[in-house]
Amino acid sequence: MTSPPAPPAGETRRPQPESLTDLFLSLTFLALQGFGGVLAVVQRELVERKRWMTREEFVEEWAVAQIMPGPNVVNLALMIGSRYFGLRGAIVALAGMLAAPLVVVLALALLHARFADHPQLAGALRGMGAVAAGLITATGLKLVPALRKHPLGTPGCFALGAASFIGIALLRWPLLWVLLGLGSVGCWLTWRRLGSLEGAPR
Amino acid sequence: MTGADWVDLFTHYLVLSLLSVGGAITTAPDMHRYLVQERQWMTDPQFSASVAIAQAAPGPNVLFVALMGWNVGLNAGSFFLASLGLVVTMVGILLPSCTLTYLASQWGHRNRELRGVRAFKQGMAPIVIALLIATGWVLATGAQPKLRDAPLWAVAFVAAIIVWRTRIHLLWLLGAGAVLGWFGLV
Repeated sequence: MTSPPAPPAGETRRPQPESLTDLFLSLTFLALQGFGGVLAVVQRELVERKRWMTREEFVEEWAVAQIMPGPNVVNLALMIGSRYFGLRGAIVALAGMLAAPLVVVLALALLHARFADHPQLAGALRGMGAVAAGLITATGLKLVPALRKHPLGTPGCFALGAASFIGIALLRWPLLWVLLGLGSVGCWLTWRRLGSLEGAPR
Repeated sequence: MTGADWVDLFTHYLVLSLLSVGGAITTAPDMHRYLVQERQWMTDPQFSASVAIAQAAPGPNVLFVALMGWNVGLNAGSFFLASLGLVVTMVGILLPSCTLTYLASQWGHRNRELRGVRAFKQGMAPIVIALLIATGWVLATGAQPKLRDAPLWAVAFVAAIIVWRTRIHLLWLLGAGAVLGWFGLV
């Protein structure tokens, strides 16, 4: 057991994983709930239930996890683990996210040949897929309040968000283009705004 | 499969890892080209089933890569080789991207007060949130919206509203979706 680093002076004590075991079990439990994608569950468990991170932190970490190569949820788990326990935390978080689901996936693969043609099972999977789609959308909606104190203000955020939604959902542009294109615009505008906010005399 | 084949499989996944911006699933078309068409290490139905099973199962979708390695090894002859294939492809797809992400996030955390770092994280925020909403939309409507899928959209829409406004456990909703699907209602 390793105890987490003490919070820096001046920062209020907040919930965080108590040990590497806690980190591993929390992520295992969370990953096993994530049918059709783990992200909705990560937001629910770590932001709302355990409060290891605020909505704002979640969105910031998620931006990095998205822009880096590799599976996004795996990147996010790694970043959360490393935040509390360094490299060991990163590895333990990865293991928690992958180990138990891997066993389930293998078991399903072995069963698959037998039950692939079962129409009711296929229907159940379709229904779960539709719910999973709704969960992802709701996760996005729940994060909108994280933009409240954004340097670009509500109109700026709305314009950037609407453009991204139209590009991805309606025009089906490649994700990379949207992240690089609209992302550069968003970062550049925010960079300028932060500069003028901090340069201005109080 | 020879030793050289295994090395080739491993290096192929190392490269794909670095190219997988936006998730491992974005490199699936290239995996199909390499594993099914060029090397013929697995069949087309095996490939499709690997993706479908990983999508339906709990856990990160990247586990479809593990199933591909598993199938390649299984086709090569044994459960031992299947396990080897699983390890080779999973380590390959994760090692480069995880190393990069780890270094980048450590650097970003150490330099979190820099204007550039804050501009990146905050500037991306509205886009990242919109992407989530858009992803749900894309998953619900599929490649091409069809009117006979309307009940599925309704389920996705209702699920989104319930999760957004209440604190009900997500598994109840997934169970409800499964029951509706089982009885052919959606």
